[in-house]
Amino acid sequence: MNHPDFAALLPLTIVSATAVFLMIAIAIRRNHKAALTIALIGLAAALGSLALAASVLPRQVTSFFILDSYSFFYMAILLGAAVFVLLFAYDYLNCREEQPEELYLLVLLATAGAMVLVASRNFASFFLGLELLSVALYAVIAYVRTESISIEAGIKYLVLAASSSAVLLFGLALIYSESGSMELSQFTTAMTRTAGHANSFPVLAGVMLVLTGVGFKLAVVPFHLWTPDVYEGAPLPVTAFIATVSKGGMFALLLRWFHVSRGEIAGAPGLVLSILAIASMLTGNLLALRQTNVKRILAYSSIAHMGYLLVALLAGGTFGAPAATYYLTAYIVTILGAFSVMTVLSGSRWEAASLESYRGLFWQKPLLAAAFTTMLLSLAGIPLTAGFLGKFYVLTAGAAASRWVLLFTLIVSSTIGLFYYLRIVVVMYAQPTDPGTKRDAPALPISLPATMALAALTGLVFLLGIYPALFWDTIVAVTRNLG
Amino acid sequence: MILPSLILILIVGGIASWIVARRSEVVARLIAVASVLADLFVCFGIWVAYLGQSHSTPERWFVECDFAWIPQFGIRIHLAIDGLSLALLLLTYFLGIMAVLSSWTEIRERVGFFHFNLLWVLAGITGVFLAVDLFVFYLFWELMLVPMYFLIGIWGHERRIYAATKFFLFTQLSGLLILVAIITLAVLHHQSTGVFTFDFEQLLHTALSPRAARLLMLGFLVAFLVKLPAFPFHTWLPDAHTEAPTAGSVILAGLLLKTGAYGLIRFVLPLFPGPSRELAPILMTIGVIGILYGAVLAVGQTDLKRLVAYTSVSHMGFVLLGVFAGNEIALEGAVVQMISHGISTGALFILAGLLQERMHTREISAMGGLWETMPALSGAGLVFAMASLGLPGLGDFVGEFLVLLGAYRANVPLTVVATLGLLVATLYGLRFAQSAFQGPNPHHWKLPDMRLREWAVLGLMMMCLVWIGLYPQPVLNGVRPSLAAAAKCIPAGNCQEIKR
Repeated sequence: MNHPDFAALLPLTIVSATAVFLMIAIAIRRNHKAALTIALIGLAAALGSLALAASVLPRQVTSFFILDSYSFFYMAILLGAAVFVLLFAYDYLNCREEQPEELYLLVLLATAGAMVLVASRNFASFFLGLELLSVALYAVIAYVRTESISIEAGIKYLVLAASSSAVLLFGLALIYSESGSMELSQFTTAMTRTAGHANSFPVLAGVMLVLTGVGFKLAVVPFHLWTPDVYEGAPLPVTAFIATVSKGGMFALLLRWFHVSRGEIAGAPGLVLSILAIASMLTGNLLALRQTNVKRILAYSSIAHMGYLLVALLAGGTFGAPAATYYLTAYIVTILGAFSVMTVLSGSRWEAASLESYRGLFWQKPLLAAAFTTMLLSLAGIPLTAGFLGKFYVLTAGAAASRWVLLFTLIVSSTIGLFYYLRIVVVMYAQPTDPGTKRDAPALPISLPATMALAALTGLVFLLGIYPALFWDTIVAVTRNLG
Repeated sequence: MILPSLILILIVGGIASWIVARRSEVVARLIAVASVLADLFVCFGIWVAYLGQSHSTPERWFVECDFAWIPQFGIRIHLAIDGLSLALLLLTYFLGIMAVLSSWTEIRERVGFFHFNLLWVLAGITGVFLAVDLFVFYLFWELMLVPMYFLIGIWGHERRIYAATKFFLFTQLSGLLILVAIITLAVLHHQSTGVFTFDFEQLLHTALSPRAARLLMLGFLVAFLVKLPAFPFHTWLPDAHTEAPTAGSVILAGLLLKTGAYGLIRFVLPLFPGPSRELAPILMTIGVIGILYGAVLAVGQTDLKRLVAYTSVSHMGFVLLGVFAGNEIALEGAVVQMISHGISTGALFILAGLLQERMHTREISAMGGLWETMPALSGAGLVFAMASLGLPGLGDFVGEFLVLLGAYRANVPLTVVATLGLLVATLYGLRFAQSAFQGPNPHHWKLPDMRLREWAVLGLMMMCLVWIGLYPQPVLNGVRPSLAAAAKCIPAGNCQEIKR
């Protein structure tokens, strides 16, 4: 560890240090606004330090971390997402009778965990990052202790995530026992082995178990069972956090170590990933059809979106990794926007989660409804929004790799998906019911920071959808050196 | 810069009328009319400048514009106009104005948002008719769906949500297929030449294996056949047309269906000449099935708008027959049919809207003897019913006649069967005219006759139909060069081959 090493680790250090500092500050005196400010300053400083530390890249720091433009790019996305989550969490918690300060602490810890995942190159750092992320999430999911549904979601997540971690750990152990190495790069070689030099059984079993653990975190079918309940039970900002930072960090790791740019993902791992992708796309979209809770709809839709991402991962080649990265960026921006509209609409005692609470929204709050429509259309992949170009890139990657089965599943399932996005849109544009009958309290006025954040997210969705040339070169550059 | 401004005028006009509608609804409507009118004049200007003086222009495109957009994939905002696009754009703006005028009293709620959507649909359609870059084409193709969805879903009739969703899902699924086909075409072009481009003119020279060409063509074909709509893919149409508000039906029948036919002529024929030739008999058969199926179902309908919707299926069958007959006469007939069907069917939907506004029903059985209370409106109805059944002297006749003439050279049995469609058309046309307007007035309707604005709308449409029916030459001259470019791809030996 020398001077540039510390510089490269600066973003991680800053986030961790902010968490410690915030903990001490809370112990001294509770103040909601101060807690938010400290957390935001920490995240902003970490974002700034990314720019500062960019000069020492790429750099391998000990055998644990690899810090290159790829990990910095993803760290920037994760930190940005965390900033938005915290901004909306402030308004959300402010009108609830809870002690809100610890949420910021836990979110910072979870963000640090996700950042470790993005930068890890070793089994140990992988597992530590994962646990840091998960343990913090157990607590934040159950944060609103007056809601029994939140507690239930927290317990559910605890049990399932802990057991999936155990499975993952066993898989890592199997691989270690066979190869004697803890390098994550073994996955890349394991994915490309052709039938001639097949993986030995322990390695293959290990890879499968690791994929199971990763699949749990990403909520791909058949490891998705926790998703709708946790999405529904967790407080809205936390749901947004799970959908963006938690899944984003895990996917970044998956993309870095399982992506194959030359040749294709061969053998059993390729088959298993294809099945996961197809099952996720179809199941996610089909199960979302009959839901009446918007949080559950978005939960199932996230399962489908992870399936689309797996298509890009499987496609590989020159386009696969950039397409996946673009899609994930677009998805994170969009889903943050969607959850922030929901947060903004929620009152002090209820969340705007049922479909009914959106009835006639367009005629009462046209701008909010327009923003939500934009997000939904982006999720559905309608042109001029980020989601469309994301889908376009994924399709291009798939076509370049001739993955026709995956592509047609994608087409069919995203048409199915359109149906439930349209259901929400229809409700928003329908005739409003009598005001005040459905809601126990009128929604609070929207605070200025929330408005600005929402405007920024909507702008980003359009920017990513209309002028991608700005980002595409960067994304291609950061993903160039993958597997 | 003329071409992007055509789209921009509509987009800005839409936003403006949305904002203004809070203050004054009339001004919002006027803004909508004015912006469509501005586009109409621009197109007239282009027509006069490029088709006025000589019959043949040396350049392929009259006006062209080309900007880089996503350089990494060679995607350019490449718009261009030729005779075919110009004729269809004139139709677009003409029907656009009619749509605004015909909803003047029908739409009273959320006027601003209505006109916003209306103008944005027109902007999307304009983009479809202008785009030469396939990516941009797809973009506009999808983009016109969203406002159309809102038009049906918010201002439609009883089962509007069902109809709007069905419409959106059908077109979206087929749209994604065409997107994959476009991307694959571009990827194949990239693999063989190393250049990534979505430009139609460059992709024309892509070397494709017969199998790849056939599969790619299927992708394009499905999207266009759904939009057209051809026989097995038509089921969204009766619902969407029936449930849409008048302006929505006019735009759906008059314009959206034409984008499908336009896509066949502009993209499918030149890009995939080989498979087009192979599949031509099948596609012509589908066209003929559509002609008969639509006409027969139209006879049985009791809902006026549904009847008109099924006649569209029948008429678009003629277009499909003409496009794949493989000679220029049939192609010209198909284009004339597209234009005159746009006007005559649009007029019938406006008429249905007028009747519904007055009688609050679309059931034909509830009408009858309307001539004695509304002679002018009934007279207009008779004219458009005659146009729809293909009476000589009105536009549809010219189109159908040319299509049959051309198709006869390609395939005699199919043409004979297709002619039966005209017979059935007489049946539904007369049945509608008779049971709605003639006879006694059993329900004792006392209704106001046409107002000045309604006179103007239907009168203008009537004049256009008569003009195309009597003197279609200007239209034919205008579209001939572009059709020649499309037909060139089908070798002349085609007809003999099929005959044998």
